Amino acid sequence: MKIKSLAKILLTLLLVFNFSSAWAANTIKWSMQGDSLTLDPHAQNEGPTTMVSRQVYEALVTRGLDMSIGPQLATKWKAVNPTTWYFFLREDVKFSDGTPMTSEDVVFSILRAKQPTSDFKEYISSISSVKAIDKYTVQIKTKEPNPILLNQLSNIFVMSKAWATKNFSIVPQNWNASQETFASTNAMGTGPFKITLREPNTKTVFKKNGKWWGNVEHNLTSIELLPIANAATRVAALLSGEIDIVTDAPVQDLGRIGSSGGHKVESTPQMRTIFLGMDQGADQLRSGNTGDNPFKKKEVRQALYQAIDIEAIKKKVMRGLSEPAGIITFPGVTGYTKALDKRLPYDPEAAKKLLADAGYPNGFDVELRCPNDRYVNDEAICTAVVGMFGKIGVNVSLNSQTKSKHFKELKNKKGDFYMLGWGVPTLDSHYVFHYLYDTGASWNRVNFTNARVDELIKVMEGEVDLDKRNAAIAEAWKIVKDDISYLPLHHQVISWASAKSVNVPIRPNNEPLFRFSSKN
Amino acid sequence: MVMLVVAFVSFSLFTFVGDPVHNMVGEETSDVEREEIRETLGLNDPIPVQFMRFVGNASKGNFGISYQLRRPVSELITERLPATLELVFVSALIALITGTLLGVYTGINRKSFLSDLILAISLLGVSLPTFVIGILFIYLFAVILGVLPSFGRGEVIELGFWTTGLLTISGLKAIILPSVTLSLFQMTYIIRLVRAEMMEILQMDYIKFARARGINERTIHYKHALKNGLIPVITIAGINIGTLVAFSIITETVFQWPGMGFLFIQAVKFVDIPIMSAYLVFIAFVFVMINFIVDILYYFIDPRIRVKSGAANG
Amino acid sequence: MDNKNMSIIERIKDSDIYFSFIKSPTAIISSIILLIIFFSSFFVELVAPFNPFDPSSLSLMDAFTPPSWSQDGVSKFILGTDGQGRDMLSTILYGSRISLIVGFSAILFSLILGVALGLTAGYFGGKYEMIVMRITDVQLTVPSILMALLVDGIARGLISKELHDEMAIYVLIFAIGISEWPQFARVSRAATLVEKNKDYVSASTIIGVSNILIMFKHILPNILRPILVIGTIGLALAIIAESTLSFLGVGVPPTTPSLGTLIRIGNDFLFSGEWWITFFPAIFLVVLAFSINLLGDWMRDTLNPKLN
Repeated sequence: MKIKSLAKILLTLLLVFNFSSAWAANTIKWSMQGDSLTLDPHAQNEGPTTMVSRQVYEALVTRGLDMSIGPQLATKWKAVNPTTWYFFLREDVKFSDGTPMTSEDVVFSILRAKQPTSDFKEYISSISSVKAIDKYTVQIKTKEPNPILLNQLSNIFVMSKAWATKNFSIVPQNWNASQETFASTNAMGTGPFKITLREPNTKTVFKKNGKWWGNVEHNLTSIELLPIANAATRVAALLSGEIDIVTDAPVQDLGRIGSSGGHKVESTPQMRTIFLGMDQGADQLRSGNTGDNPFKKKEVRQALYQAIDIEAIKKKVMRGLSEPAGIITFPGVTGYTKALDKRLPYDPEAAKKLLADAGYPNGFDVELRCPNDRYVNDEAICTAVVGMFGKIGVNVSLNSQTKSKHFKELKNKKGDFYMLGWGVPTLDSHYVFHYLYDTGASWNRVNFTNARVDELIKVMEGEVDLDKRNAAIAEAWKIVKDDISYLPLHHQVISWASAKSVNVPIRPNNEPLFRFSSKN
Repeated sequence: MVMLVVAFVSFSLFTFVGDPVHNMVGEETSDVEREEIRETLGLNDPIPVQFMRFVGNASKGNFGISYQLRRPVSELITERLPATLELVFVSALIALITGTLLGVYTGINRKSFLSDLILAISLLGVSLPTFVIGILFIYLFAVILGVLPSFGRGEVIELGFWTTGLLTISGLKAIILPSVTLSLFQMTYIIRLVRAEMMEILQMDYIKFARARGINERTIHYKHALKNGLIPVITIAGINIGTLVAFSIITETVFQWPGMGFLFIQAVKFVDIPIMSAYLVFIAFVFVMINFIVDILYYFIDPRIRVKSGAANG
Repeated sequence: MDNKNMSIIERIKDSDIYFSFIKSPTAIISSIILLIIFFSSFFVELVAPFNPFDPSSLSLMDAFTPPSWSQDGVSKFILGTDGQGRDMLSTILYGSRISLIVGFSAILFSLILGVALGLTAGYFGGKYEMIVMRITDVQLTVPSILMALLVDGIARGLISKELHDEMAIYVLIFAIGISEWPQFARVSRAATLVEKNKDYVSASTIIGVSNILIMFKHILPNILRPILVIGTIGLALAIIAESTLSFLGVGVPPTTPSLGTLIRIGNDFLFSGEWWITFFPAIFLVVLAFSINLLGDWMRDTLNPKLN
């Protein structure tokens, strides 16, 4: 009796406490240099876009704070044979409009992500069929045994079939063609937050989703995303308390933020490699002056590679916060080795000689395209390499623009020479090859093509014997590294700066998980 | 009249610069679909019909939907209006009060060292671009001393449709740097104007007469001279409020003040025509309103005008 | 005959100006400063210690060197370097050239436009005059910075993105020029009205001298003085307008940075303690504008006391 009443009191207190904490507005104001490109969860496979979607949408499985894969919308799964999987869904999940989530929605979402306008179609190209077995069971078949299916599914967000149908958003927005749809400016998912206001590049308001199925571990009532492109202003906003957390704190200001008393700075190597791509497919450079395409010659690519003083960039542009890279993948990804990550030496004299040997003793003209609000100091890095290329006689003009334009033009095959950064959410080398090296792949804008590499990619997709698979990955890396198809620059180190009262755990993929965050 | 001209300019902007259809749909939309959209938007109607519709919509506050932000322009403008007006209001007050005081001082004490200094600084003030002043202030007060914020409005309180930053401590702190920055340019004008007026008036007969009657200097300066000297100041200050609104574009960008100027700059960068034309109409409206108010103020301050205009009307 | 007389009168006037110039220390000092700035900006290749746009002379390792007198300064970079290792002094001089070119061209453009319209309006009168003056009235109520921004925005809408960077500088000149012309138009119209009724103009008309000849040969020389005063003060305004637009990010592209662009770029480093990257271009700009204004002030007092 006594225990019971005590429990009652405790319960009431707990309720009251919960109630009052729900009433007290607790908002984290979050800033970074650029905004999500679209709210359509399948239209753009881009870091900040996924960061925003992740707060609202959920996937069958997901990575936790420690980056390990765990259940989300599916509670468990099993593979009855190497190519047939069953996923058993959580039965208490509701979308934020109150409708229950069922296997119909999961099937719809996976098929949606396979549409031509989806930017995630390569992610799950191995899936040959998906169907609903019953209300809460989904069967997925793959063409070949797929050792990384779960990794891939962790980024396929689930939408409501009814909502998408009602709002004419059955297929993903055609982002490359500047299409706008209802789903590109509105979001409705099963996640811990829902978006109540969306002003692109200005303000996005997330409110706590009261219908969320999970255990609420955060104490937030809302999140506001306020992108600020200018680095100095972003820091000013943080220091003045207008912003609580910046997930891409400018490297030059970390010291100042850390010494301010009310703020803290955390840095971690990010799972992202920055590199330059050179179109080797075109017969003639669009921005060139030689009438041919110098990038077709390996000597030229190597010359540009060896003209880059990456240590100077690390010291001056990145202020020590970068890790020079030899390949476009980083520690922690299957297939990464220290030996592969070693760079060719910086040697401008050798570079000049290589250029002359290739038949360009006086260099050539080309335009370098860069985003100016995507990666840490992206524009400054580009300006720096332009100067370095100039020293070996290659006259590079810089075209830096906002990321939405940069990516759109890249996807529409404009430009010869460009900057890009690549993260590996699946933590497997296959992801890099599949997007960047596979013949005709969507982000293979250098037009790299190699029959052996294509074969090896097939092996990575279907081989369950891990030793054989790893051998294939190693061989593929060796081929592309020797070919110098891309110019790797560095692995990014990210820094989050926040008010001391705010606790958002930093993650190496740079994705904040606000469901684990708090503000006091 | 001015309103009509401006309306026409902003209408032309709307109609001829950048294809509105192109801005609304993707590149892959077919010509047939485009034609349909043109038809439904009334873009195929004769120009005068379109213009009348534009004026009709504009007078109702309807300027269409922002290309970039995808929200009604009227909504965006009303959201940001309080921020800009508060900034301009505080700046105008600072410029008027400080400018008048310094102007009177330099007008009375013509030969003093302090007057020369004030005048030299005021010329420097004209040469200092607003954004440079802003940067200097940020560096001094926000970076080195760390006493004042350099970003945004601070905490705001909602009063119906109006949001104000003038009722919270952080809001008041936030408005100091931007409003002082914005006021400096106007202040220099007012100093020079008041000074010239004071110098002229102090030479006049009735002042000499007052002196002869033995009224003390203070009363002469502030009661007789200043009162008459203020009339042109009010006119100029009134006209300059419009200039303050325009110059707030720069101040708002430097201090990331979430007002209309900031919105306008973004619009210029992204060629967001609906916002640009709406802003233009708004500015013209402000100018016309201010002229109107100044005329009325005149009427009350200066009895001579009352008589004159009465005679003219009669 | 006429011509000779004119030139003698001009010479006497010139000596008047010369006399008051010699007596005014502010005028002398500001002209010397301006001469130095103009010279070093237009002959920047000879004066600047480095060419900041020649990549072979740059080293990224030199980036963020503070001014030579501070602790980590290097004597070869007097005012320090920016984030790309460019010598600040050289970069400022190159930037100042862009600012001056835009400023001069813009004011020349508005001068020609304004004087042509004002002169003809005053001379011909009638409906034409009314329309021109009405336009100046309307435009004078619109602050010039707003006008320039608007023109820039429209140009962005009309010119394709590929061409925009190349066209940017012309757009800028046009935008600033178009926002300053009403001043010139007003003054030249007023002066023309005065001159028009003088005997020598009536006489010329009677003997059949063409209108254009009368305007340019007889009236124009008489309005040169007020035009010069407005032009000088306008130059300072144009330079400030240019730097403001570039600072706002709608001016010249960063590949050919003007003073305003340099200040905007340097602004990013304000919080991290590299103050010199934004400070020196700003000071240079202020000195430039201040000197022009001082000179303009002096000119107004000397050449045309009525304008005051």
